[in-house]
Amino acid sequence: MLIDLKGIVKDYQVGLEKVHALCTIDLQINKGEYVAIMGPSGSGKSTLMNILGCLDTPTAGIYKLNNAQVSTMNDDELAEIRNREIGFVFQTFNLLPRATALHNVELPLIYNGTPAAQRREMAEKSLEKVGLKDRMNHRPNELSGGQRQRVAIARALVNNPSIILADEPTGNLDTRTGDEIMEICEDLHDAGNTIILVTHEEYIAEHSDRIIRLRDGMVERDEAA
Amino acid sequence: MKFFSWSEIAEGLGIAFQALKSNRLRTILTTLGIFIGVVVITVIISVIQGLNAYVKGEISFLGADTVYISRMPWTITDYEEYLEYTKRKRITEDHYEFVKRYATLDEAISLEIATRRTVKYGSESLDDVIITGTSEDYVTTQNVVAEYGRFFTPSEVNFRKNVCVIGYEVASILFEDRDPIGERIKIGANTFSIIGVLEERGQVFGQSLDNMTIIPYSVFEKIYGNRRSLEVQVKARNPDILEELIDELIGIMRRARSLGAGEPNDFSINQQSEIMDLYNSITQILYIVLIGIGSISLVVGGIGIMNIMLVSVTERTREIGIRKALGAKNRVIMWQFLVESMFVSAIGVTIGILISMGIAMIVRSATPIPVNISLWVLFLGIAFTVTIGIFFGLYPASKAARLDPVEALRYE
Repeated sequence: MLIDLKGIVKDYQVGLEKVHALCTIDLQINKGEYVAIMGPSGSGKSTLMNILGCLDTPTAGIYKLNNAQVSTMNDDELAEIRNREIGFVFQTFNLLPRATALHNVELPLIYNGTPAAQRREMAEKSLEKVGLKDRMNHRPNELSGGQRQRVAIARALVNNPSIILADEPTGNLDTRTGDEIMEICEDLHDAGNTIILVTHEEYIAEHSDRIIRLRDGMVERDEAA
Repeated sequence: MKFFSWSEIAEGLGIAFQALKSNRLRTILTTLGIFIGVVVITVIISVIQGLNAYVKGEISFLGADTVYISRMPWTITDYEEYLEYTKRKRITEDHYEFVKRYATLDEAISLEIATRRTVKYGSESLDDVIITGTSEDYVTTQNVVAEYGRFFTPSEVNFRKNVCVIGYEVASILFEDRDPIGERIKIGANTFSIIGVLEERGQVFGQSLDNMTIIPYSVFEKIYGNRRSLEVQVKARNPDILEELIDELIGIMRRARSLGAGEPNDFSINQQSEIMDLYNSITQILYIVLIGIGSISLVVGGIGIMNIMLVSVTERTREIGIRKALGAKNRVIMWQFLVESMFVSAIGVTIGILISMGIAMIVRSATPIPVNISLWVLFLGIAFTVTIGIFFGLYPASKAARLDPVEALRYE
């Protein structure tokens, strides 16, 4: 089992009030699965995705990723896990605006100390996978939205992570470009990658094999697509 | 434990460089305080060092191993004190003889008495020439050398011969290209024959040492009387026994003056270092005040850096979030911002040192003060850079490092 969540609770303090963003989520995801997490806004899907992505730790409960107890790790241990195990693809791409596509893709490798020559080679290979090798010296503002998202995917892939975590990856793209991105995701899944997709669009979720629906911080339904 | 990898350092420098490049004006303005501080401090240190070297060079004619017995100290800082000194008895030829008889640690002892007179040769004349009466040992105690001819002998002193040794300037003005040796000049109403010309000695604080004529003190007294207080010049056998020599001379002078056990000295024993000490005590205050101003400027500059780094952290909140999401640890983010603040501070220090070098060059060419920016100023510059960069960058950098990745990624 790749991901094992047991009794995950996340509370936020908003002013004097305590908000239960997640209450007791139990969830297992296996290696190679293609999962979509759905739910209306406020359902807790962002919170869940932050916890799955090790950007945040739960208030209570146990999160095991690849048998490592993530829920009790400190900042630096979490950073290492994110670097090694998780590839993020964000709705707003989140590329460094002043860095070239190549440098953006190299970033995760810089933070795990990969030697420069090997780093470049891996980043180029990753950009080649998303069909952007000829654009590797362009900066994000010289690329189209779809190209930017493909750079982000190349960056997510470069370190060969256990999970690719895509948070509304098509949210800022037109339908046609969005479809292109979804095709890439499918190819990645076919190549054996585990993909977790967060979305609120039914037709995007349908690309996955399994849809987990959240409501009010709880799993409402968990079914095959 | 490994703190930084080279690729992290390179990444930090790259980020700093790019961030500063895209905010050129802001960066330059930020460094203003630093560079003014550096200029003030380095220029002041260098000018004062140059002045020290200059003053030391200027007073070196006094000789580091020669002491001067005279009625008053050379350095008087108080008018009341000065009035007391004027009541002291003269130093006379008898004292010179007494010291000469009893001193044991000396290499040579001379005496000096001086006035100013007009010197004439034929139709040429030169006003305000220093007329110095002394003994044959003046050559040793004052390190003067006769470039042409010779200095006078003990017998010329004893027999009160009207001979003189003229300074370089006197020779060149009165005689131009002619050979002065054997010629006769008039000092006031008295005629002297020239037996020697001194080597050129240059100036001290703008006063020429070459505008002088030296005659035997016995002749000087015969012509000008013995009412002036004179100065006894004692050269130590070697510079290491200067203190012992001074003690010995105090003993001899007290005996010569028949002073009782409780009575204070009514003479002064002067030396070159005394002038240096007075000079140092004056510049010390200047030094402290100006270094203080420079340091304040550096601190203000450092606060400027801190301010701009805080702005930079806020502006790049999202970037920090991205980097953290991709696996940057807290210390890596911290390092990134520290590098940036050190970079800003380095720019300020570099500009400051370059401008200081320019100012040093101008001062050097416009004044006789040998101002140089020494190598250690450069090391000091590097030390400033690191210290200011780290000290004032620490708070913004740790603020950046502690950012919550979720919050940072959400930041617009």
